[in-house]
Amino acid sequence: MGALDELTSPAGEQDAVCGVPARLVAAPRDTAEAAALVTAARGLAVVIRGGATKLDWGPPPRELDLIIDTRRLAGVVEHAAGDLITVVRAGTPMAELHGLPGQQLALDAPPSATAGGTVAANASGPRRLRYGTARDLLIGITVVRPDGTITKAGGKVVKNVAGYDLGKLYTGAFGTLGLITECVFRLHPVPAATSFVRAAAPPLHAAKILAGQFAASALEVNAAPGAEPELAVLLEGTPAGVRERAAAVAELLDGEVSAEAPEWWDVPPWPGDGVGIKLTGTLSQVPALVATAVGAGATVRGSAGAGVLYAGFPTDDTGRAVELLRAAAVRAGGHAVVLTAPAGVRETLDMWGPVHGLALMRRVKDQFDPGHRFAPGRFVGGI
Amino acid sequence: MTDIDALAARLRAEIGVRRVLTDRQELRTYECDGLAHYKVVPALVALPVTAEQVAAVVRACAETGTPFVARGSGTGLSGGALPHADGVLVVTSQLREIVEVRPEDERAIVQPGVINLQVTKAATPHGYYYAPDPSSQQICSIGGNVAENSGGAHCLKYGFTTNHVTGLEVVTPDGERVRLGGPAPDAPGYDLLGAFVGSEGTLGVATEVTVKLTRLPETVRTLLAGFPSTDQAGAATSAIIAAGVVPAAIEMMDVLAIEAAEAAVRCGYPAGAGAVLIVELDGPAAEVEAQFDEVSALCSEHGAFETRVAADDTERALIWRGRKSAFAAVGRISPDYIVQDGVIPRTALPTVLRRIGEVAAEHGVRVANVFHAGDGNLHPLVLFDDAVPGQASRAEAVSGAILDLCIEHGGSITGEHGVGVDKAKYMPRMFSDDDLDTMQLVRCAFDPAGIANPGKVFPTPRLCGERPGRHQGTHPMHAADVAEIF
Repeated sequence: MGALDELTSPAGEQDAVCGVPARLVAAPRDTAEAAALVTAARGLAVVIRGGATKLDWGPPPRELDLIIDTRRLAGVVEHAAGDLITVVRAGTPMAELHGLPGQQLALDAPPSATAGGTVAANASGPRRLRYGTARDLLIGITVVRPDGTITKAGGKVVKNVAGYDLGKLYTGAFGTLGLITECVFRLHPVPAATSFVRAAAPPLHAAKILAGQFAASALEVNAAPGAEPELAVLLEGTPAGVRERAAAVAELLDGEVSAEAPEWWDVPPWPGDGVGIKLTGTLSQVPALVATAVGAGATVRGSAGAGVLYAGFPTDDTGRAVELLRAAAVRAGGHAVVLTAPAGVRETLDMWGPVHGLALMRRVKDQFDPGHRFAPGRFVGGI
Repeated sequence: MTDIDALAARLRAEIGVRRVLTDRQELRTYECDGLAHYKVVPALVALPVTAEQVAAVVRACAETGTPFVARGSGTGLSGGALPHADGVLVVTSQLREIVEVRPEDERAIVQPGVINLQVTKAATPHGYYYAPDPSSQQICSIGGNVAENSGGAHCLKYGFTTNHVTGLEVVTPDGERVRLGGPAPDAPGYDLLGAFVGSEGTLGVATEVTVKLTRLPETVRTLLAGFPSTDQAGAATSAIIAAGVVPAAIEMMDVLAIEAAEAAVRCGYPAGAGAVLIVELDGPAAEVEAQFDEVSALCSEHGAFETRVAADDTERALIWRGRKSAFAAVGRISPDYIVQDGVIPRTALPTVLRRIGEVAAEHGVRVANVFHAGDGNLHPLVLFDDAVPGQASRAEAVSGAILDLCIEHGGSITGEHGVGVDKAKYMPRMFSDDDLDTMQLVRCAFDPAGIANPGKVFPTPRLCGERPGRHQGTHPMHAADVAEIF
């Protein structure tokens, strides 16, 4: 336990995860130290923490000994502007990656969220319509496996089909397969001009934008019980092109062009102590999904262009609503995942819901983490 | 070793007598894929027509411990579908139904044997298309594209197969049918779909594929620019990217590739050019026009002495014809050649091209360069004459040295052709033992018995001493001038 004593300190109340207290906290400074820590922590149940903006997503851990905090693993290692890529340590705040000179990591996330956490949670926002999600933008990754082995996948070039694309496997794995210490991302130029169009319009009208020739970067819906639903469209490009396209979209939706995003843009629709659900479905089913969720009392926001919505309930009487939304999402060809819920409600819900291929996923977990020590119980099917 | 007669009898009973081949002459049809230098006659070929039949074949293999290799159209360029001498070749080309085209959902559901271009043809009447466009798109199958994570000239803007497949039904190496992903994005759980795409048949066989459909662009503009040298064409490419323009494609050819293309198809590229660039922009008309002027100006600024703009689809096709014919065209200027596929950071282009020239000169062979300049994906063609003693081995040395250059500059040993049997031995140069071991964890989860396409992707002692793939044979469709395959 010598190495462990050196690398860890006692955990406090603020280190609890979904109400489960931790014993120890460690904040390694580089990949080598992280590997030494993970090696020394054999036998301990581990939860990884970045900016803690999504630490309340998912079921509580079955057990918890050690929190690995990644925030000292911070900083941009390389920004190759001519190659439109960046190599960053996992604990780097997303704010830093949104403002690289002339370029950006086009992944919506709260400023204090970390790169590694955003990848691990597969979080995304409005601009996924144009730029895709972490799985599309991550081109290389360094991970410390639960046995302490340092391993890399992918590389520093966007086009690369050598070996398995393990970056995708780690993306959205919620820290159950190992500790991400470094990420390589594809970057995009900051557009010369951006403009929003806002309109009071039902979600059904989103189809008109998708069928048109507007190349929208985002197409968001906002709806709540008793309020008129809204659509908002983000256009990016050359100043003249954006002006022309925004005017055309505004005319089609009978909306208004605005330099600013609506106040609800990329804001989760649930209060701090509420229930938050991610709903996915095919594009043609988005209006029906929105209607079902609003009918059940939820505020709904998200990408009508990608088929990814977020529903928020203020109350804790949600068991029936979750079932209703899950049935609607399945009809729409997608899923309903409860991201967060207050203590007491959390325990009563099947947060992840049914998942295809679970037997294979268990086999993957058994290979990477045979002791089931990394984020035990936080993932699908109790993984 | 498996009793092939017994296995054949079982499969004939399960999937039909005519769907199981064991006759030596018939088997030989399948002895190689697009990398015809490698040849292995399989013990048995199965031609299932349904997903259930694919599962039945794989189950039979699993129960008897028989290796199996999946094959689509057989256009792969790394020997990924090279058969196993004691194994079953599962040909998926009979599963060729476009199950559904749903423009309102921007999705199509297709069987793995469906030809890439057919998906676009089915979607075009609705105003959509399937974006990944490997040069072999007239003959390659979607199932093969999934296995190889195929790209194409337009992946600079639109991404690869992995960015356009949202759902799969696969048969795992134990014969189970499993759904990965679906029509909606972000399926919860591990992204096994993402791991499966590009796994080159080592994790199972895809039996149904749900793909994204992309809105046809309002405008497409194509420009051809002649430069005195590849350095200047490379500088223009960097300038275009630095200006924040993301073209649909930027392709480059050097003087030797231009010479070959002219000899083959008389594409009429600018006379005296040391390099040509093809730049294509697409999107809303309001954006494309402004960006097109910028691209033209940047080309001139960086030394382009002649630029041509395609006025219509015919002229666009002519510009692309030279590029698309280039690989086969080198057959006009050299009896034999090796097609290489490597990736470098775009900014390393001038340095690496110069080094390739030096290495070629040292070995006394010529190298023609054709590549996707926008994303740094090189396709050097190493020219040689097998009839001249020693030339083949010198060409192979140059081809290998090019991959070393790619690795040295932080790139990859393959951008789109895959590892297959051809490059397995290079994997340890790019990845550590621990990295390869981690990939094996996934392999073990899917295929603990190691019967799915064994000997591919990962280096094994059995492959030591294999020579990298020389391009000597051609696909019959290609030879007949029906289709391009590169």
